[in-house]
Amino acid sequence: MTRAGLSALWSFWRRNPLQLFTLVAGLALATALWSGVQALNAQARASYDAAAAVLGEGRYDQLIPAAGETVAQDSYLALRRAGWQVSPVLEGPLQARQARVRLVGIDPLTAPGGVGPMTRSEAATLPAFLSEGVVFAHPGIAEALAGTLSQRVVADPGLAPDTAITDIGVAQRLLGRDDLSRLILAEDQPIGRPDLSDVAPGLIRRASQQASDIGQLTDSFHLNLTAFGLLSFAVGIFIVHGAIGLAFEQRRAMIRTLRTLGLSLRRLMVLMGLELALIALVAGGIGVALGYVLAAGLLPDVAATLEGLYGAQVAGGLQLDPVWWLSGLGIALLGAVLAGAGAFWKIIRMPVLATGARAWAVATGRGRGCQGAAALALLGLAGLGTLLGGGLIAGFASLACLLLGAALALPLVLDRLLALGEAFARGVRTEWFLADTRQQLPGLSLALMALLLAMAANIGVSTMVSSFRMTFTGFLDQRLFAELYVEAEDTTQGAAVADFVQDRGATVLPIQWVDTHIAGQAAEVYGTRVAPAYVENWRFIAQDGTDSAVWDRVADGAAAIINEQLARRADLWPGDPLPLAADRTLPIAGVVGDYGNPIGQVVIGEGLFERLFPAAAPERFGLVTDTPAALRAALQDDLGLAAGQITDQAALKQFSLGVFERTFTVTAALNVLTLAVAGFAILMSLLTLAAMRVPQLAPAWALGLTRASLGRLEVLRALVLAALTGLVALPLGLALAWLLLAVINVEAFGWRLPMFLFPGDYAVLGGFALLAALLAALWPAWRLARTPPSELLKVFANDA
Amino acid sequence: MTRKVILFCLALLATPALAQGFAGMGTEAEGFAAPAPDPAFDFPADHGPHPDYRIEWWYLTANLEGPEGRRYGLQWTLFRSALAPGAREGWDSPQVWFAHAAVTTPEAHFFTERFARGGIGQAGVRADPFEARIDDWRMAGPSLDDMELTATGPDFAYDMNLQAEGPLVFHGDGGYSVKSDQGQASYYYSQPFYRIAGTLTLPEGGVPVSGAAWLDREWSSQPLAADQDGWDWFSLSFESGAKLMAFQLRQSDGSTYSSGTWIEPDGTTTALPDGAISAAPQARTEVAGRTVPTRWRLDLPARGVDVTVAALNPRAWMGVSVPYWEGPVTVSGSHDGTGYLEMTGYE
Repeated sequence: MTRAGLSALWSFWRRNPLQLFTLVAGLALATALWSGVQALNAQARASYDAAAAVLGEGRYDQLIPAAGETVAQDSYLALRRAGWQVSPVLEGPLQARQARVRLVGIDPLTAPGGVGPMTRSEAATLPAFLSEGVVFAHPGIAEALAGTLSQRVVADPGLAPDTAITDIGVAQRLLGRDDLSRLILAEDQPIGRPDLSDVAPGLIRRASQQASDIGQLTDSFHLNLTAFGLLSFAVGIFIVHGAIGLAFEQRRAMIRTLRTLGLSLRRLMVLMGLELALIALVAGGIGVALGYVLAAGLLPDVAATLEGLYGAQVAGGLQLDPVWWLSGLGIALLGAVLAGAGAFWKIIRMPVLATGARAWAVATGRGRGCQGAAALALLGLAGLGTLLGGGLIAGFASLACLLLGAALALPLVLDRLLALGEAFARGVRTEWFLADTRQQLPGLSLALMALLLAMAANIGVSTMVSSFRMTFTGFLDQRLFAELYVEAEDTTQGAAVADFVQDRGATVLPIQWVDTHIAGQAAEVYGTRVAPAYVENWRFIAQDGTDSAVWDRVADGAAAIINEQLARRADLWPGDPLPLAADRTLPIAGVVGDYGNPIGQVVIGEGLFERLFPAAAPERFGLVTDTPAALRAALQDDLGLAAGQITDQAALKQFSLGVFERTFTVTAALNVLTLAVAGFAILMSLLTLAAMRVPQLAPAWALGLTRASLGRLEVLRALVLAALTGLVALPLGLALAWLLLAVINVEAFGWRLPMFLFPGDYAVLGGFALLAALLAALWPAWRLARTPPSELLKVFANDA
Repeated sequence: MTRKVILFCLALLATPALAQGFAGMGTEAEGFAAPAPDPAFDFPADHGPHPDYRIEWWYLTANLEGPEGRRYGLQWTLFRSALAPGAREGWDSPQVWFAHAAVTTPEAHFFTERFARGGIGQAGVRADPFEARIDDWRMAGPSLDDMELTATGPDFAYDMNLQAEGPLVFHGDGGYSVKSDQGQASYYYSQPFYRIAGTLTLPEGGVPVSGAAWLDREWSSQPLAADQDGWDWFSLSFESGAKLMAFQLRQSDGSTYSSGTWIEPDGTTTALPDGAISAAPQARTEVAGRTVPTRWRLDLPARGVDVTVAALNPRAWMGVSVPYWEGPVTVSGSHDGTGYLEMTGYE
């Protein structure tokens, strides 16, 4: 009986290969998008973790300088002699051929467990590391380092990109330094130690969870990707749900026969469950493979985005983790269960001898009511979440509620619109067309929901990206007002450049900053030489006094300007006191929009900066001049600067815009993919509906509509439905854009962007959606037009 | 004796590639100085480090008594290990230091370890005035006869004073101590006559204690033969005032190499050749996943010694980078007394 049951179940798929294809393809696509995104996220996280683990940043508290970037070696010794179990770390840039390497020196003897590559490497022993000078390097830079250094270089894929680790003594020698960057604090500390402030007053303790600022910042990006992955998965599951539901409906008769032949319900359930599991595993396998291809294709852009936006480094090669494969298969199974649960439930409750009515496809009045109520509840939740919620998660939850609610409401809205059309319809053919379209809505609604989500996402994201782009371009114009930017090799050359340029009548604007923490946030403090150009170009979001008054106070060292990120995160606004150092507080005079980086910035006057951070000296300069070409030539010829040290404004803008463009490549790619999946959903819905529609079309044919005109009407129907869906998608997409700009962006990046509308873009998108619907409808329509008249006649034969 | 030698090296070599058991000590000692017979010690200079030798330690153990006769054990050990001969300033120094400290009670065993690079001032030993130091731990005095001793750990600390009441004692042949049939040897002397008093800081609070302590000084470049994989080392103080240092090296073929020194109350010594002493396990304890003998029968027929040596706390496991067993013992039988036992190489 089991064998007969299996054979009967399988025969259905043999007779309906298209439906099997829909099922497998839908599940595979859903799995591919989901697992592809997961692979990207995992790869990026692994890269941060490698960096953090090797340096102990994730696990251990650290002692960092309260100001500046250096810890005296004597502070380390004083702490050790006082019993503090700390381990020194020195970090600095090292040029190896074309590669700029982040060289990290550690002391493996005092480093807490797990820090440093020696603990897991057999390539070099601890004695060798200590005495012979071994440099562990990320494979990407190992060769360049080996050609530059006399030390033995060992490639270690576990390290973060562009990072090399060596003994602290070797690092000091290679970097030409005798100090340290920070100290790792071991978990176990002896009892009875003196206070940190008594032993090393210049150091502050940074808790381990704060240590990885990169992790915090990039979380938002990964959440973004994950949300897209989930959206794609949901769209895929819509397809699968439709395919499974259809198959179960069509197999009612077979199920009835099997059960009357004596197959128990329990065994039938087990067999169908196995069948579904098998299909899910095959589809999952395909999906995971596709996901890998997708991830590998997008990884370079994700890596570029993360580096451009956050300075976080991600290894370029995708590493396959068995856990990832398994989770891909798991998500395929989960998707199949989600999509098939309803169908199973119906079969369990179905009387043994029930007839094969198409009950599933006809939304009853009660079902419609439930759907409407659910849609309203979700939309209400979305509104509530936006009003009351805080944080990125709440923002995304609101977004999810909005999209789901709108998707659930779509069939009802379309039904109302078509009913409205019927009321105004003239002519039998039009009335029949509208009525028939309404009749088909339940069968098409899942595909249309998918289209709605894809279009709304597209509108929302493109609005956000374009708004961002306009704001960002304006911001670049404000900020990059100097004609030339020079990066000196060292402070000595920096001073020479400043003198040289001043003598030629150009204005020199030193660009100098220190990395620090302000109000618990990672921040950069800039020491700025206030010039008229700043007053003319910078625009404040909020300010205390006129533009020139604000800048005058900054120049006097009496006030500070902060960026929007810091203002929003620390809730600091003009007039509030800004804690700049342990013993120094400045009032805030203005807040500026800052779309160039995610972390906080503080601008103070040059004089005050030099007093507060005497160790910092400017190596970069902005040069305001009327003759940039001549000045550039003079700098190169007379002062011997390399061409690469001088950047002109246009090139810098180009570079910044390039970073920005790459940032959204990933989003754009996922957008296109979701739209494609939605088109596929329409195609599959139309194809599966086509067979069932013959009984409804046969009378129209018998009444004189030719098969060709029936086919044309099919295409028209798809276009009308797509157009109506597009009408609903537009407001939904704009709502989505608003959520992204005003809620998600503020939470993720700390800036709020003005929203611009781009009707032209939306029209193009509408055109694409219609094109997708047209393409999806063409084949089913062509098949309909080619239906043999005998098929149509058979309908009446059965009736008789 | 040879004790810690191996420990020391093992700790340094405790990386996957090099964890070859205790044979790590048996590796060739290229470029290092080698101990030679008939040593002529030069004090106080020889209380300081000998950077041309590969390994060296300052090893102090003490049997203590607190209020109401409650017994405690204490350990303070500083190891020097050279990656290459010679001393240099800065991180490039080939000298590496590490240290173990422990306090044992009948119920508990507290221990911790420290690591330091030589050449930067984080650890080191100065002969005159004597100071051995790593981080905040110190064993320092005006001289080796009069010292302060401190150590701190996450859950214990101690602050002790040491006064020597007898002469230095030289093991083997005038301080030249042979460790195998193949001639591996070390320089080895002790100060076993310390009176010690001070305060232990334990989770339950401060405990005033006093008792007797024993300092071992040893340095070498290749103290063990390649086929020796562990040892059992005893330092016993009998109520008669006599003392006994004895060790046996367990060789991979199942045989042992034993050696020792009989110390009269006045410090007069008699070297005990291989085979003079026999040590046999009588009871074992499973601790940290290993089975370790924690009660021994020790026989020295030449001196009429036939005693049982039992651990005060059989769970005195030093779970440091290279783990071993070390703790205070009680001696009973033909002679009564106290002492310390160290055992390595038990898997």
